[in-house]
Amino acid sequence: MKPFGYVAAQDPAAAIALVAGRSGAAFLGGGTNLVDLMKLGVTAPDLLVDVTGLLPGEIERTAAGGLRIGAGVRNSDLAADPRVRAGYPVLAQAVLAGASGQLRNMATVGGNLLQRTRCLYFQDVTKPCNKRVPGSGCPARAGEHRNLAILGGSPQCAATHPSDMAVALAALDAVVHVEGSAGARAVPLGELYRLPGGEPDRETTLQRGDLITAVELPAPAAPSAYRKVRDRASYAFGVASVAAALDVAGGAVREVRLALGAVAPVPWRARVAEQVLTGRPATAEWFGRAADAELAAAAPLPDNAFKVTLVRNIVVRMLGELAGTAP
Amino acid sequence: MTTTDQTSSVLTLRVNGSAHRLRLDHRTTLLDALREHLGLTGTKKGCDQGQCGACTVLMDGRRVNSCLLLAVMAQGAEITTIEGLGGPDELHPLQAAFVERDALQCGYCTPGQICSAAALLGEAAAGWPSAASPSLDGPVTLDPAEIRERMSGNLCRCGAYVNIVAAILDVAQEAVSREAGR
Repeated sequence: MKPFGYVAAQDPAAAIALVAGRSGAAFLGGGTNLVDLMKLGVTAPDLLVDVTGLLPGEIERTAAGGLRIGAGVRNSDLAADPRVRAGYPVLAQAVLAGASGQLRNMATVGGNLLQRTRCLYFQDVTKPCNKRVPGSGCPARAGEHRNLAILGGSPQCAATHPSDMAVALAALDAVVHVEGSAGARAVPLGELYRLPGGEPDRETTLQRGDLITAVELPAPAAPSAYRKVRDRASYAFGVASVAAALDVAGGAVREVRLALGAVAPVPWRARVAEQVLTGRPATAEWFGRAADAELAAAAPLPDNAFKVTLVRNIVVRMLGELAGTAP
Repeated sequence: MTTTDQTSSVLTLRVNGSAHRLRLDHRTTLLDALREHLGLTGTKKGCDQGQCGACTVLMDGRRVNSCLLLAVMAQGAEITTIEGLGGPDELHPLQAAFVERDALQCGYCTPGQICSAAALLGEAAAGWPSAASPSLDGPVTLDPAEIRERMSGNLCRCGAYVNIVAAILDVAQEAVSREAGR
């Protein structure tokens, strides 16, 4: 690890100015991903600006009946919050499906959104990686890619976004509050992330110095749930996951919100499936048709084609459970 | 040299009730500060990547991986290591249960297992659900499935898991009967 400066920031404007004005500076939250990446040599900031002392660490009700979650809230506190458990089970379940008790105590909401892919090549500095070193190549397509993307990838990069929490937030239509040099703005979660295209090193629409300060949820609506499939029963990144919220009236789907995790470079909102399903019978047949429509765009690599079937099966099962029609 | 260019800091770490003033390179993790600077070698370095849990300590009562925490980030917090939980003359109930149940072979992961389990008991008592909980809103009953899920951040390469679960279950049930006896 290279030596670096450290500042415990007290004031957002000063922290933002520090990071905006210095290319080697980085915000530090819980550190669970950043410190690891520094040890691996994947990233080598020369200044860490610790924002845990200034980011809001509270969860508050909004006037619209939703929740405003401070970016400094730790993952464990988010999952344990009674309002989250009651109104947004998909979010509590997603957070509890990730990492370990220790890591959830450390990880912040803001940092969780901005964590980096766990693609093996990205984390191994002895290998080429277009995300880490633009233009250096991607060994994953011909190499180890069992756990990489089937949707949204590009010839340059098929790495997946590793967050469970972000998949739930995508299904919940969360809005991310950002402060930067030019002031504050609200970014819908779906507009926070970029697909890799020819620039896999640019993962978000944030500018240098932009600081996530909060995540806002609309008022609770339909019943929701999160299902994650992984190689171990616990403490493993997902192979595929689904966040779903389903509102059924008179046997028909009034509203459905679906997001897929561990299968794309971003938390993947399945809008094609939602469109197919809205207004249709809440049956396994239609759940399957909706999943098929979404997955028609899948472009799997040889060793991860199984994810297409896996995602379909999870979607059908989960929607059946939420509709109360699962066998 | 401005503040932002300094690569070390003088800081105070509060560990097991004592304050220690140290000058540390910012790269120093809490784990290395404990072991190399304060001589508290009970906390173990396993993977050094947050994957094995051998370095687990309590920070303000919450379990954390000390290998992923920079020492400068722990300023102002109360750190408790295995040495602070109990010792040979006064074993923590979990330490006694691990001995009683033979919940270890080589013992390298044990301090982390015990620190993690100590925090787990508090989390369950506070009603925090886990991925193994039947519902998100019910009271938490610590059974073997709950303990396995909640301890998944602590690996044991000797595979002493069966007895680790039994030891933690013993202490959890003692707490429940104490509560019921009140």
